[in-house]
Amino acid sequence: MTAGAAVAARSSTATPRSIEPWIWAAIALLAVCLHLGRAAVPWAATFPAEWTLPAQTWVSRFVKWLYQDASLGLFTFQELTRGIAWVLQWPLEAAKSLLSTGFERGMGQQAVLIWPPLSWVGVTGVLTVMSCYARDWRLGLLVCGCFLYIAVFGQWHSAMITLSSIVIAVPLGVAGGLLLGILAFRHPMFERAITPVMDLMQTVPVFAYLVPILVLFGFNPVAAMIATIIYALPPMVRNTTLALRRVPTEIVEFGRMAGCSRRQLTWRVMVPAARSGLMIGVNQVIMLSLNMVIIASMIGAGGLGRDVLTALRSLDFGAGLEASIAITLLAIALDRLSQAFAARPPSASSPDEFRPAWRRHPYLLAATSVVAASWLLGWLIPAVQQYPEELQITTGALINETMKWLNVNFFDVIEALKAWVLLNLMVPIKRLFVALPWVAVVAALAYAGWRLGRWRLALLVAALAGFIAVTGQWEKAMQTLYLCGLATLVACALGIPVGILAARHERLNRVVQVIIDTLQTLPAFAYLMPVVMLFRVGDFTAMLAVIAYAIVFPIRYTIFGIRQIDPTLVEAAVASGCTRRQLLWKVQLPLAIPEIMLGVNQTILMALSMLVITALVGTRELGQEVYIALAKADVGRGVVAGICIAFMAIIADRLIQPWVAAHRHRLGIA
Amino acid sequence: MADPASNDADHPVRGARSIKLACRGLWKVFGTSAGRFQEMLPGTPSAADLHEAGLIAAVRNAEFAIHEGECFVIMGLSGSGKSTLVRCLSRLVEPSAGEVLFDGRDLLKASERELIEIRRHKMGMVFQGFALLPHLTVLGNVAFPLEVQAVERHARETRAREMIELVGLKGRESCYPRELSGGQQQRVGIARSLAVKPDIWFLDEPFSALDPLIRREMQDEFLRIQSVLKKTIAFITHDFDEAIRLADRIAIMKDGEIIQIGTPEQLITHPATAYVSEFTRDVPRAKVLSVRALMRAPGGQATFAGQVRADARIAAVARQIVESSQPHAVIDGSAGLVGTIDRQQVIDLLVRQDGGQERQK
Ligand SMILES: Nc1ncnc2c1ncn2[C@@H]1O[C@H](COP(=O)(O)OP(=O)(O)OP(=O)(O)O)[C@@H](O)[C@H]1O
Ligand SMILES: [Mg+2]
Repeated sequence: MTAGAAVAARSSTATPRSIEPWIWAAIALLAVCLHLGRAAVPWAATFPAEWTLPAQTWVSRFVKWLYQDASLGLFTFQELTRGIAWVLQWPLEAAKSLLSTGFERGMGQQAVLIWPPLSWVGVTGVLTVMSCYARDWRLGLLVCGCFLYIAVFGQWHSAMITLSSIVIAVPLGVAGGLLLGILAFRHPMFERAITPVMDLMQTVPVFAYLVPILVLFGFNPVAAMIATIIYALPPMVRNTTLALRRVPTEIVEFGRMAGCSRRQLTWRVMVPAARSGLMIGVNQVIMLSLNMVIIASMIGAGGLGRDVLTALRSLDFGAGLEASIAITLLAIALDRLSQAFAARPPSASSPDEFRPAWRRHPYLLAATSVVAASWLLGWLIPAVQQYPEELQITTGALINETMKWLNVNFFDVIEALKAWVLLNLMVPIKRLFVALPWVAVVAALAYAGWRLGRWRLALLVAALAGFIAVTGQWEKAMQTLYLCGLATLVACALGIPVGILAARHERLNRVVQVIIDTLQTLPAFAYLMPVVMLFRVGDFTAMLAVIAYAIVFPIRYTIFGIRQIDPTLVEAAVASGCTRRQLLWKVQLPLAIPEIMLGVNQTILMALSMLVITALVGTRELGQEVYIALAKADVGRGVVAGICIAFMAIIADRLIQPWVAAHRHRLGIA
Repeated sequence: MADPASNDADHPVRGARSIKLACRGLWKVFGTSAGRFQEMLPGTPSAADLHEAGLIAAVRNAEFAIHEGECFVIMGLSGSGKSTLVRCLSRLVEPSAGEVLFDGRDLLKASERELIEIRRHKMGMVFQGFALLPHLTVLGNVAFPLEVQAVERHARETRAREMIELVGLKGRESCYPRELSGGQQQRVGIARSLAVKPDIWFLDEPFSALDPLIRREMQDEFLRIQSVLKKTIAFITHDFDEAIRLADRIAIMKDGEIIQIGTPEQLITHPATAYVSEFTRDVPRAKVLSVRALMRAPGGQATFAGQVRADARIAAVARQIVESSQPHAVIDGSAGLVGTIDRQQVIDLLVRQDGGQERQK
């Protein structure tokens, strides 16, 4: 960052301030000229189709070759993927049997149940006991409530299928991330090699790598789980290196002085000492896995995700909403539970170690007895084994009725609103973006890059934008930009004022924090359902869903930005007689601008990732490309579109970060 | 810098005891081109020379020997290189040049494996920030160094309990570090560093993070433990009061260089530079100086109010001397009468704390 700041500081002295507006004006003029003269220079206005590189075909061909002909010496690539799938299938099947289907002998119709799955009472009981152990009875109550809802609303079967894949994917993701993280920590070379891969993986929308996984592993729960693990892995790697790096030097020195070997130092000293940092990673893996639930169902995961997807496709909002809520509750329960485990200090001291084992581990005892009791009772009373169907509640019909009523009575209002926004705001902006000549846009981006980071950044940004043009994705990318830009704009316009208010009023802040914490645990799809219910498909719906999903970030960063200002500065301002308004405009906002811009950056990234999901409601941008590619199992198309989205995210990120660094530098808070 | 050999000779504590740990021409420089600093700047470059070359000199040409059973205190202001020096001695930090002789063999030539063995059996270290492992109980922490050597559970826990008792924490074995006060945590750190019966004991500002009363208590505890175990010690502090309480000899560092090594008394009576005398200015002299440093050569007197030993601290005999108007005879075990000391000399010393010349030969 300091390097970036230095570069930026140098570059801002290189170009005198006065000519900067002229250069921007020149670029704008260029855009207008190219647009007007598009008959004369057609290649500069729209990227000529005959120049595009067949990157999609290359990728498709490569994956096909990989799948059919590639050999790794002893075995072929295909055998490798089959092997991986075969190995992963076992634990997944076992978890599914344990939680959902029960253990069976025989195949298909002739299957005989030899051991029933854990009953709903058992699962709920065990998780409740775990919550009490990890924190207190209040968390126990929350978790118990979540699972009761799932049972009562008839989502139990699907939820357990989802849970079984989570139960396997999370430990695998954690273990893999931990190992990679330790490797990266130990070998800087390795770290340098994987960091860009991790960056790309976090910006490429999940859909993009769903397609190759679909081709390599097929349409089945194992493929879905592999996609989940890949998606959830990068934060764990990052958290691991970060947490290991934060272990106090003295602790590491102690380990070396005690004569630890390298392995002992890692596993006996550093990993335990980094525990709390690692647990943050574990929590993120859990949350991301749950985020993937619906997406993974597109390549074969069953459970709640598939229920939502089916409902969405058949516009059965009632069922979809219920399943969405079930996913959300599952996410909340697992999130709170894992956070409680993370925050839990090592077990409090028990002075007399000589008590019998069952007195020392009361929670373990409680959990086992819950399982045993529910199992025994399950044989006697079927209602304990399986939540009785006649006691299930469903609000599906009610919701559908309500929707119908709303649509009948308020159709005009809703439609009018939608049409007005579309006609007066969205369509004109969309036209403008699509009409922008690509040469002018690339020039503008390159100039911005040059201002902020000289040639390196200018070249990088121009190359990334060029790639989008060259692969023939320009128009789709512009559509993406318009949707994403508009959503970011609205999200910031609403979120930043809310953040400012919350930062200045403690009571409001507490309310806002609770709301954004909850919103952040919701899987992205949860935002889509209610919007679709009201506004049905189209750009407007997509934009609203993106705004709803991304608005958390400007709020959070604004609050943080204002709160992290050195209190003595605020005191000094108040002491010198600032009114509250002056305090805001003259002190707090200017100092918080860097953080707010980071929030904007995050909003853009999140909007881009959400756009892929909103493709489900029929937008016409890159996300849609990926989605279509998935439906057609067209690897090249999906991967190229996915990479283009990632490149857009990277361009935004690389331009905003040095700007923030330079601004901080100017404020002397670098 | 004073010659270590000549310094040793006139110290009463050590006599013929063998050298446990010594270093010669020890350098540690930080910076990107630290590996090549000797080619770049041959000889003994000054801190300014190194700074110009973009290097930070943390330890410059250190040279001293620590004797068996001696408490060697390293002092200096923050950033003077004390921690780095001690970490070079245990090779936690790889020195840039020089030799570290431990029991006569060069530690810098030891392989990774040998180093691990030496650290497992011969070295113990106490840290300023305690460095306790948060996930282990007191017992687990103290037994940890034995655990990594794969000492069998019963044996290591027995030893750990002994050590916990030695530092006065019996009954707190199953507490976790966060449940203990700072002083108690450092007791655990001390117990842990002693669990392997080290030959040499490194302490890096062990009491700096504690408040004054606890610090005093821990120093007493440390002296008690040392009177039982008689370890060879390298002790870092930036507190001169602490140094004179604990030290046999003190090394004073400034900008990575050791500027003087000597007993507390030598540092006060013969400061090598103005920096050292500035450093020792506020020290209560009566507690450091011995009668020998203050006495006059015996004159023709025949009547004495009493006798005092030449190696007694002034503070210990001040009352006895001041209560009489007659001078006292100063005797030295074998040599008999070596000088005289009277009330006026002692009062002068007690009253004047301005750091002027006390030597009244
Ligand atoms: N890893 C390192 N890289 C670069 N410089 C270092 C490093 N470790 C120490 N230094 C520098 O070496 C010098 C000596 O540091 P050291 O920690 O030994 O001082 P100290 O005397 O122990 O100080 P304190 O009393 O604050 O602990 C300092 O200028 C410090 O900045
Ligand atoms: Mg230090």
